[in-house]
Amino acid sequence: MKFRRAIAAAAFAVASSALLAGEIPPGARRSGYSFMGPETRAMQDDDTSNPGMLFVLDGQALWMKKSGSADKACADCHGDARSSMKGVAARYPAFDRTQGRPVTLDQRINLCRAGHQQATPLPYESHDLLALSAFVAHQSREVPITAGDDPQLKPFVEQGRDFFNQREGQLNLSCANCHEDNFDKRLAGAPITQGQLTGYPLYRLEWQTLGSLERRLRSCMTGVRAQAYDYGAPELVALELYLMSRARGLPMETPAVRP
Amino acid sequence: MPYRIVGDGIPESLTGSPGDAARGRALVLARSTTCILCHSGPFPETRFQGDLAPDLRDAGNRWSASQLRLRLVDASRFNPQTIMPSYYRNDDLVRVGRNFAGKPILAAAEIEDIVAFLATLRD
Ligand code: HEC
Ligand code: HEC
Ligand code: HEC
Repeated sequence: MKFRRAIAAAAFAVASSALLAGEIPPGARRSGYSFMGPETRAMQDDDTSNPGMLFVLDGQALWMKKSGSADKACADCHGDARSSMKGVAARYPAFDRTQGRPVTLDQRINLCRAGHQQATPLPYESHDLLALSAFVAHQSREVPITAGDDPQLKPFVEQGRDFFNQREGQLNLSCANCHEDNFDKRLAGAPITQGQLTGYPLYRLEWQTLGSLERRLRSCMTGVRAQAYDYGAPELVALELYLMSRARGLPMETPAVRP
Repeated sequence: MPYRIVGDGIPESLTGSPGDAARGRALVLARSTTCILCHSGPFPETRFQGDLAPDLRDAGNRWSASQLRLRLVDASRFNPQTIMPSYYRNDDLVRVGRNFAGKPILAAAEIEDIVAFLATLRD
C-alpha cells in the first residue's frame, strides 16, 4: 500500500536547522508506527478497519453542516476540504496575527466557529472538535510536516524545547529522558517511541476512542506526577509546536492508531 | 526524617528499625512504586518489566545495605544525570502534581522494607 511505503521511507533529506545535543537528526526520526506490532499497523493501514475513520466521516458531515448565528458551514467558506485543507495540519500550530501567538488546529477551528460562524466554541476533547480536527488533519495524510518554519514562531519553539528538556514532577523526569535518550527500550514492557507527532488526533486502543495530542501530553505529564497543563495553555501549545518542528519531514498519518 | 550520609551510603536505618524483606518485595513489584517500570528482576510472576535500568537480580552482591539506602534516598549521589528518581526527597522538584506535592515518593518505612529485600538478592 502506498501509504505504508511513505512511512517506511520517511528518511527525509531536509535542510536541517541547527540540532542541539541529543536531538534526533532528520534521517533517524521514526513515527510511533514503526514501533508497533503488525496487527496494529494493519488496523491503521486499512481504512475499513481503522476506527479513527469513523471520526473523520463525522467530521466530514460537520464540515457541510450550517452552524451558528451566521448560518454558515465550514464548506461555505472553505469549499472542498480535499484541496483547501490539504497540508494545513502539517504546518500547525501556526502563528496567528490577531492573537500574537501560535494556535493549534483545534484552536484555529474554534476561532472560525466563534468568529466566522458565530457559534459557541467546541469544548476540548469533545466528539465534534475531535471529529472536525481529524477530518481537517486527514486531508494532510502523507504530507511531510513543516510546522515551525515561520520565523515569528522561533521564540515559541524555543520555549517548547525548554519544556521538553526540563525535568518535572515527583519522578523528576524530562520528556527527553524517555523519548530521546531511551526510545526503543521498554517501560514496564511497553516500547518507548520517539514521541513523534505524526498522527493526531489518533485512535488509542488503551483509550478506546480518538484523542487529541493534548490528552496524550497531559497523560505523560501525569505519568511523571507533574501538574499537567490545562488544555489550550500556552505552555502546552509551545510544547506541541516544538514537537511538530522536531517531527519535521515525517509524513502525517491522521488518523493514526496506537496501542 | 533526617538521615546521615557516611561515605557512599546511609549506614543507619531511616526508621531506627530493620525493614521487612517480604513487604519490600511486594513494594518493588507494585507498579505504583515505579521500580518495575525501569528495572527487571527475579520476578517470574510479572510479565511487564522494564529495560531502562540494570536487572536487580544480584543487587545484594554488588551493594551494601548502606549503599542501597542512599541509592533509594537520592540516586543522583551516584550519578548526577541518573533517570532514577530520588525516593526520599521533596525539595528542588519542578511542577509536582497537586496530589504529590511536598511528599517524598516513598515513606521511610517503605524504603527500609525495600532495602531489606534488595539485600537478599544475591547469587
Ligand atoms: C465565514 C467564513 C468561514 C467559515 C464559516 C469558516 N471559516 Fe475557517 N477560515 C476562514 C478565514 C477567513 C480564515 C483565514 C484566517 C482568518 O482570517 O480568520 C480561515 C482559516 C481556517 C483554517 C486555517 C487555514 C490555514 O491555512 O491556516 C482552518 C483549519 C479553518 N479555517 C477551518 C474551519 C472549520 C473546520 C470551519 C467549520 C467549523 C471553518 N473554518 C469555518 C473563514 C471561515
Ligand atoms: C517515563 C517515560 C516517559 C516520559 C518522561 C514521557 N513519556 Fe511520553 N510516552 C511514554 C510512553 C511509554 C508512551 C506510549 C508509547 C510511546 O508512544 O512512546 C508515550 C507516548 C508519547 C507520545 C505519543 C507518540 C505517538 O506516536 O503517538 C508523545 C507525543 C509523548 N509521549 C510526548 C511526551 C512529552 C511531551 C513528554 C514530556 C512532557 C513525555 N512524553 C514524557 C513515556 C514517557
Ligand atoms: C526511571 C527509571 C528508574 C526507576 C523508576 C528506578 N530506577 Fe533504579 N536505576 C535506574 C538506572 C538507569 C540505574 C543505573 C544507574 C544510574 O544510571 O543511576 C538504576 C540503578 C539501580 C540500582 C543499582 C543497580 C546495580 O546493580 O548497579 C538499584 C539497586 C536500583 N536502581 C533500585 C531501584 C529500586 C528499588 C527502584 C524503585 C524503588 C528503582 N530502582 C527505580 C533507573 C530507575
